[in-house]
Amino acid sequence: MLIQNRGDLTYADVTPRGLYMGRRNFLLGALGTYGAVALWKRLPGWMAGAVTGSVPRPLGNLVPSPFSTTETATPAGYVESYNNFYEFGTDKADPSRNAKNFVTSPWTVSVEGEVAKPRQFSMDEILKLAPLEERIYRHRCVETWSIVVPWIGYSLSNLIKLVEPTSKAKYVAFESYYDPRQMPWASKAGIQIPYLEGLRLDEAMNPLTLLCVGMYAETLPNQDGAPVRIVVPWKYGFKSAKSLVKIRFVKSEPLTTWDMFRGFGGMPEYGFYANVNPHVDHPRWSQAKEHRLGGGLFARPIPTLMFNGYGDQVASMYAGMDLRKYF
Amino acid sequence: MRKILTSKWTKVVVFCLCLLPIALLVWRGFHGDLTANPSEFLEHRTGDWTLRFVVITLSITPLRKILGLPELIRFRRMVGLFAFFYGSMHFTAWICFDKFFDWPAMWADVHKRRYITVGATGFVLMIPLAITSTAGWIRRLGGKRWHRLHQAIYITAIAGIVHYYWQVKSDVRKPIEYALLVALLLSWRLASWLISRKRVADTRPRSAEPTTAESA
Repeated sequence: MLIQNRGDLTYADVTPRGLYMGRRNFLLGALGTYGAVALWKRLPGWMAGAVTGSVPRPLGNLVPSPFSTTETATPAGYVESYNNFYEFGTDKADPSRNAKNFVTSPWTVSVEGEVAKPRQFSMDEILKLAPLEERIYRHRCVETWSIVVPWIGYSLSNLIKLVEPTSKAKYVAFESYYDPRQMPWASKAGIQIPYLEGLRLDEAMNPLTLLCVGMYAETLPNQDGAPVRIVVPWKYGFKSAKSLVKIRFVKSEPLTTWDMFRGFGGMPEYGFYANVNPHVDHPRWSQAKEHRLGGGLFARPIPTLMFNGYGDQVASMYAGMDLRKYF
Repeated sequence: MRKILTSKWTKVVVFCLCLLPIALLVWRGFHGDLTANPSEFLEHRTGDWTLRFVVITLSITPLRKILGLPELIRFRRMVGLFAFFYGSMHFTAWICFDKFFDWPAMWADVHKRRYITVGATGFVLMIPLAITSTAGWIRRLGGKRWHRLHQAIYITAIAGIVHYYWQVKSDVRKPIEYALLVALLLSWRLASWLISRKRVADTRPRSAEPTTAESA
């Protein structure tokens, strides 16, 4: 940098040492303040970790399911430590830390809307509503990673039949739990909370759609959506809403969190259907391949399958639909 | 302070400190501690450190002036080269572990995905800067032209932040933090350039020769 000295500068113009030292101290102070703020931001996470919350307990009498894949299940430790659960923070490692203290008992799920018998289900009722099955499903995230998880639960259709949807019910809307005191991270996530998801009624009635209460032979860990969630294995993971509190039957396509989301310059993320489809790119990346977690750093990405490999069970529901348009 | 800054040992210590992030990643790699998604973890960490080193490089000139410590210049080339080093690691992680040498897919990504296009641009711009970082190249190009060329780091910094901002889904807090830092550093330069230009304009009536000013 070439500094042009004014000819009329005198010794009196020289900044006194004390002043520029003051500036130095100010800068160091600013650095210190930044550090303190950074620490303060981390505090809630540490506090949440300091108190022991509910831990998963074993679930017995599990019926094996013909829908299970024979692929090797991803090590449970990965499924418990690598999560998208924005209510507990947007980093993959956040939910396992921040959800430790999440209170999931007592818990009720309210089923309402276009049904003949609207009602509330307690967790005890949900656990006894149908025989618990172990279903080993492939789970493909929209972010191009995938896992294989032995979920515990039963077809959501068991619950749907109990409440008797009316002829007006065409879609099912799901709402996840939100408590700003337990989930102070949610308001910073940049998405609409409470988390909303939805399915067409026939999709919700498909036997593959699981009302899920556990994984790896235990109840769900908090960060994986305790105490009850849905699992829709032929759709991207974000469709499988966690920690459900409301199931509402509606006439028209419900608004969902990610469908509503618009990024920089109005860029959408993904649509309502979100069927796993290697031929339709995400707005910012290809969906042709996926990283199967658990294989380590040197595992080659594998090709993604149409409907995540569940085409035999679900493709007929989309006959005649342009899946490039309804993605 | 000055004595510490000019000691040759300080350079060695700073060099080792700059290597710490990659050393930690290698250590975690050997202990199977790269999370469930190791390729993503490596990409995110090396990307973060690239941006951090770009920010450190850009803060050296302002800090020299504001703190009155011109000796800090001794470290600018080193941290700049470390920015390039971590950028290369970031690129390598993407090629080897994320895309697994799938060249057609990578090529498609570079011109179809704008966040990758802009990121790749920022990285490629660092290559000539790394090559011409030697004293020999400064001499060959001449100080003025060398300065001009190395102002490309401003574009790299902005490209890096845009790349990050477009890559994240909804939580843009971290890219915004980097953007504010870089905005601060670049506006300091703009301000000091404007001031020096004003000074030139002030002196012009007295001196017959036209003078130019440039900022670094």
